[in-house]
Amino acid sequence: MFFVLLERLRQGYNTSKYPKIEPILSPRFSGVPKITGSCDLTCKACIDVCPTEAIAKKEQSIAIDLGKCIFCDQCVPLCTHNNIQFTHEYRLASHQRSTLLVTKEVEKIGFQLNQQIQKLFKRSLQLRLVSAGGCNACEADLNVLGTPVYDLNRFGISFTASPRHADGIIITGPVTLNMKQALMDTYDALPSPKIVIASGTCAISGGLFQKSDEVCNGVDSLLPVDLYIPGCPPHPYTALNGLLQFLGRV
Amino acid sequence: MSYSTLFTCNPSWGKIEDIPSSTEELFWSNIVENVTNHNFRVLSLFATPMNNALHLVCILGNDTTSLLKISRFELINNTFQSHASIIPQIHLFEREIAEQFGVTVHDHPWLKPVRFEQDFSLHVKKNACGDLNYFQVSGEDVHEVAVGPVHAGVIEPGHFRFQCYGENVVNLEISLGYQHRGIERMLQGGPSPQTLSQMEVLAGDTTIGHSLAYVQLVEAMAGIHVSQKSELIRIVLLELERIANHVGDIGALSGDTGFLPTASYCGKLRGDFLNLTASITGNRFGRGGIIVGGVGYDIDFNLAATIAKQLKVLQSKTLSAIDLFFRSTSVLERVENIGKITKEDVITYGFVGIAAKACAIARDTRKNYPFGYYNAISYDIPLEASCDIFARAMMRRAEIVSSLELIHNMLRSIQEIAIQKPTRVNDVVLPSNALGISLTEGWRGEIVHVAQTDEHGKLVRYKITDPSFHNWTALSLAMREGQISDFPLCNKSFNLSYCGFDL
Repeated sequence: MFFVLLERLRQGYNTSKYPKIEPILSPRFSGVPKITGSCDLTCKACIDVCPTEAIAKKEQSIAIDLGKCIFCDQCVPLCTHNNIQFTHEYRLASHQRSTLLVTKEVEKIGFQLNQQIQKLFKRSLQLRLVSAGGCNACEADLNVLGTPVYDLNRFGISFTASPRHADGIIITGPVTLNMKQALMDTYDALPSPKIVIASGTCAISGGLFQKSDEVCNGVDSLLPVDLYIPGCPPHPYTALNGLLQFLGRV
Repeated sequence: MSYSTLFTCNPSWGKIEDIPSSTEELFWSNIVENVTNHNFRVLSLFATPMNNALHLVCILGNDTTSLLKISRFELINNTFQSHASIIPQIHLFEREIAEQFGVTVHDHPWLKPVRFEQDFSLHVKKNACGDLNYFQVSGEDVHEVAVGPVHAGVIEPGHFRFQCYGENVVNLEISLGYQHRGIERMLQGGPSPQTLSQMEVLAGDTTIGHSLAYVQLVEAMAGIHVSQKSELIRIVLLELERIANHVGDIGALSGDTGFLPTASYCGKLRGDFLNLTASITGNRFGRGGIIVGGVGYDIDFNLAATIAKQLKVLQSKTLSAIDLFFRSTSVLERVENIGKITKEDVITYGFVGIAAKACAIARDTRKNYPFGYYNAISYDIPLEASCDIFARAMMRRAEIVSSLELIHNMLRSIQEIAIQKPTRVNDVVLPSNALGISLTEGWRGEIVHVAQTDEHGKLVRYKITDPSFHNWTALSLAMREGQISDFPLCNKSFNLSYCGFDL
């Protein structure tokens, strides 16, 4: 017992002050991309190098789909006009798939509050996670939300063991054919009203597996999604911020 | 000669025409001879099309002499005779071949699906995932417990069937495949812009281990030189990945024994190690850290000093948090003499990584088949001998200590040679009709990648063996005669990858 108490003193207090104080991320962290200037219509360097086809031409410039982007930055050095930069903006989540499209005009990802969801779940949200073909990085960084640093429970959000006790499901992975049935069964087991959260590039668009004939390319074609959290995997603060925005808490 | 020692180092490659082709009989008798009498083990065994005919290719490795041997034979009538009863370590490889290429394997002890994937050429799934005949025990007081694929925790999907007699587990059967994304087939036709990124998501927690295996294989085949500084940074990333995961695992073990202090501290400290990786690559899992020709991000003099300083602080906090765990009698009660496998099991079934090292068997690619900068340093493999959960936890502690020391050494060297800049190679041209192998030591154990190219130098087959492929069987064996309530602890002590197995 003595050693347990001694160690508690040594380790100190670890919970972050978020959301009162903004988190400090790695200076090399890639968040919302910023597109400046217009580009040459014939140049396709960024489009060709993108592993997930997240970049497309749009009105003399380009648009990056954060639902597909894996934030690998490979396009940055290849842009001859120096038009792409990744900022440190970690707030990526959105209520709508279309708002994840970043163009020259977009500086921040839009988020519209849903009054009904706020009314029902603002003070308590129980989630069931379904891992449906991910690489375990999304799961690992969602698990981290339970550690003392993020301490998800202080916001009234927690992960439940059974779908019967949950208000919503949070899905990671592109939804493999092998996991489709189990995912749909889990969704059906949830009592209504229920919400669906797609976390990570795979769950939003299929990500790096979008060409595979073994996956469903994300949740969209199967279930009505209420919240999209982009990232490969989403940074824990991106996920936390997404959940808090969703509940109208930040 | 039916066997070639074509491959002398790790990674290495050769022309397909130089791989000796033998008869089926000779192929198998050689494997049996080398495995039973000469301490070889099967690193990879797979089917692949060569010269318009399906071949079986086997790569053997000898952990003491670092020798690699390769052989092949052409399948006749799409069938072969199973040898899993004689060399049990190939039982899954044989099942995999049957599933991927519709090959008939005669006399396999129980030819079940491995990951319920589509046939490589016919593109059909024979069974729905999890739909198979499970091993069953009958009798009074015998009952069956089925768990998954959706588990109670925030983890990946898999299905577990326990045959129980009271609280005792008679048998545990593990059925996986739910995470199957068809990666091996997706890699065909590469290298393409997405190939490296796909390697990074084979198993997200082993991003560095798998991407390094791929990258060094491609570099060897294409003859790309890697600067010494890049080699050093690669080791820093690989060892950081190892530490972060081991710290997390000890925390998880602690949580499952109900000892929450260490669970909380390790959960936090694991994040700190991930953030160190993020300070190098911007991503907590090291995405983009390893690239063909070098590393994606530089560690300059200042960053090396900052990391070294932070590591010192983390080191003392981590070790004291872990020692709290090992000092608690309520913890030791739950981990000692529980979840045992034997040394013989490791040799028979070919277990690797932590599972082998916790049985005093020195299987560590960094020493046995050194790659990259490990060639220039001497690495002593820490071992444990009690083969139980305690040994596997202690192994993780020992590896945390040795990896910390390795990183400190690398950082010192980085500061001394801070001039060479890492490079990036964008266009990779692989030799045509070639086959190469690359091994790395991920934090779970040995990772094997085999690449085969066609006449245009494009990948026609890419075979991945994650350590979990071998080691899931170890979990099954560890549960035999154990209590079902010990399963979570047993499971955490191995902490195997679902997606690394399912691919």
